[in-house]
Amino acid sequence: MKKYLLTSIKLTAVLLVLLAVLYPLFLSAVGKLARGKGNGETVSINGKVVGYANIGQKFTQDKYFWSRPSAVNYDAAGSGGSNKATSNPEYLKTVQDRIDTFLVHNPEIRKEDIPAELVTASGSGLDPDLSPAGAKVQVKRIAATRHISEDKLNNLIDEQTVKPLLGVFGPAKVNVLKLNVTLDEMK
Amino acid sequence: MNTELAGVIVTFIITVLLAIPLGRYIAKVFAGERTLTDFMNPVEKFIYRFCGIDPQKEMNWKEFLKALLTINMLWLVYAFFTLLFQDKLPLNPDGNPAQTPDLAFNTAISFLVNCDLQHYSGESGVTYLTQLFVVTFLQFVSAATGIAALVGVFNALKEKTTNNLGNFWQIFIKTITRILLPISIVIAIIFIFNGMPSSFAGKDTIVTMQGDTVGVSRGPVAGMVAIKHLGTNGGGWFGANSAHPLENPNYFTGMIELIAQTVIPIAMLFAMGLYIKRKKFAYVIFGIMTIGMLCLLVPTMVSEISGSPAISKLGVSQPTGAMEGKEVRFGPAASGYWSIITTVISTGSVNSMHDSSMPVSGLMQMLGMMINAFYGGCGVGILNYYIYIIIAVFISGLMVGRTPELMGHKVEAREVKIAALVTLLSAFLIKGGAALAAYFVAHHGDMAWAVKPSAWLNNPSYHGFSEMLYEFTSANANNGSGFEGLGDNNIFWNVSTGFVLILARFLPIIGPVAIAGLLAKKKFVPESAGTLKTDSLTFGMMTMAVILIINALSYFPALALGPIAEALRGAN
Repeated sequence: MKKYLLTSIKLTAVLLVLLAVLYPLFLSAVGKLARGKGNGETVSINGKVVGYANIGQKFTQDKYFWSRPSAVNYDAAGSGGSNKATSNPEYLKTVQDRIDTFLVHNPEIRKEDIPAELVTASGSGLDPDLSPAGAKVQVKRIAATRHISEDKLNNLIDEQTVKPLLGVFGPAKVNVLKLNVTLDEMK
Repeated sequence: MNTELAGVIVTFIITVLLAIPLGRYIAKVFAGERTLTDFMNPVEKFIYRFCGIDPQKEMNWKEFLKALLTINMLWLVYAFFTLLFQDKLPLNPDGNPAQTPDLAFNTAISFLVNCDLQHYSGESGVTYLTQLFVVTFLQFVSAATGIAALVGVFNALKEKTTNNLGNFWQIFIKTITRILLPISIVIAIIFIFNGMPSSFAGKDTIVTMQGDTVGVSRGPVAGMVAIKHLGTNGGGWFGANSAHPLENPNYFTGMIELIAQTVIPIAMLFAMGLYIKRKKFAYVIFGIMTIGMLCLLVPTMVSEISGSPAISKLGVSQPTGAMEGKEVRFGPAASGYWSIITTVISTGSVNSMHDSSMPVSGLMQMLGMMINAFYGGCGVGILNYYIYIIIAVFISGLMVGRTPELMGHKVEAREVKIAALVTLLSAFLIKGGAALAAYFVAHHGDMAWAVKPSAWLNNPSYHGFSEMLYEFTSANANNGSGFEGLGDNNIFWNVSTGFVLILARFLPIIGPVAIAGLLAKKKFVPESAGTLKTDSLTFGMMTMAVILIINALSYFPALALGPIAEALRGAN
């Protein structure tokens, strides 16, 4: 037993150096070559950082495309989902409230045109994306608020839509932060 | 075909296509043949010399297990104390506090046993030092422990009669230097160039476009996420695990993470076929495991893509399917696929919140973990399947009235007793644990624990029971995923699942290694006309029947109280 223990201690020491020191140090050096230098890619307006490209943020004002509901209020110091089951009556009330709020702010939209993603919380609470349908259902509201034609807004969404991987794998998506940044730039 | 389904199908196909050459490579590594990675020779030689290891020294099954268990116990003590004092150690830019003793106990065991159940959130519960020196380190070595145990069993199966399971140290070290480390580096580099953070900068604070001030947690994430999947560990850097956009930035990284967690368990099957020179045996097992996985996958994907009936009743549309707890960039199809892959294999990372899955999906996820042998975790999946094989051999022997044999060795009372005990252990731990938890919720709701039992459950009724059942199932399977609404950071859950974790890890490793060692020592009986052919399709189906019967008998009543009742009520 003693023989095994001594070997174990030495082996643990040498593996700690290899796996917990050299491995992450090497990868942080590689990180310097990536966009954002391994710190995460940011989005700026006039040189001022307004967000991280991959981290969603809260948009609730009528002039912006709204992001999805979040269980952590889009504070990326934490993360997580609601963990609510759809058999939970209290949860269904919350969803009903979100639907009502959406209809108040988007009076021209019918309930059955609202995609579920706009009234359900994401897994991380930081979902940066919407489906193209989730953005387009908001076009009428933004057109009215900003006095921009609906066509222009629909074109903007199409431009900002990221196609499925290689055009064939996975869903299409629109990054809400980038969409709203370009929206503010439109005149 | 729609792009979401196409993504899932191509991900599985790529996984199998990569597992074939990887299996060939792994077989060569352990047979000591020349491989691409021979440049690691000097590193290994240095490690052997530094640690005083003679890599040629043969070990019998008892010595093999002694070495394995000694180093694992050392890691447990080391990890516990490091977590307990992490606030006083360096590399803590966010100023996170120490873990409480019961949480440190749970966390240390959880990562040691390749489970990665987390009763803390990565953003606030650990420091960069413990993320690297405890979490990442244990993710490497626990995966290597599982693979080494399996290779020991391969060595026993390979020879007609032998006492030698190989040298544990050598197999273990080579698993890291030849398999886990090189592949992890490649995967991590792909992650880094897809937007995953990899620096030591601490939490950032930003003001958003609407003027909210929020934090953004970061860190050397990419390397950990690589081994987290490759080693079928599953513990997340962030609380939301691989649903977090910095831990899984896009569909492509999602595919890589899925492939990484599935590839070694499948490759080990192909490696086994080559290494013990029984290719057909390996192919039949691969076929049975794949059929089993598909039986769980299809209902899950159908129910996720169809969406929630309760949400439909509210009148909104569900164009892609159920979206609560899911990310837009993955969608319900890839999330459903992930939830089954991560539970049949003992990864336990998630890209959607399983607590919000449809009841049928929750049922399939739990079944995946209860069976725990459709591919299964790094090394241990095949060890679990081996136990089912022993029982199938035994029952087949009874049916035809002959002493059962496995690969030329008589399977006798001692081996069958070990296999039966290992099988019964799971049912005992899962149902005993869930019953105890339910008792506290029902009768002692106001116990003065960090989270009172009355506040444990995040959902009422059947689903609330499922949250407790899932937690013990996950702990027993060394899986690590959860119905995360459960209030689990308190002494009851930390201690009870801690014990379940350690028992459910080491007994199912000790059992198969002991059986293999005992069998290999016996006299070799040449095949005759009356020999049961263990590489036949018939025997494969026999094993499948054993798996289904054992698990149905063990778990149907418990599942009926949880996800089955919830699904039936939802259908009305």
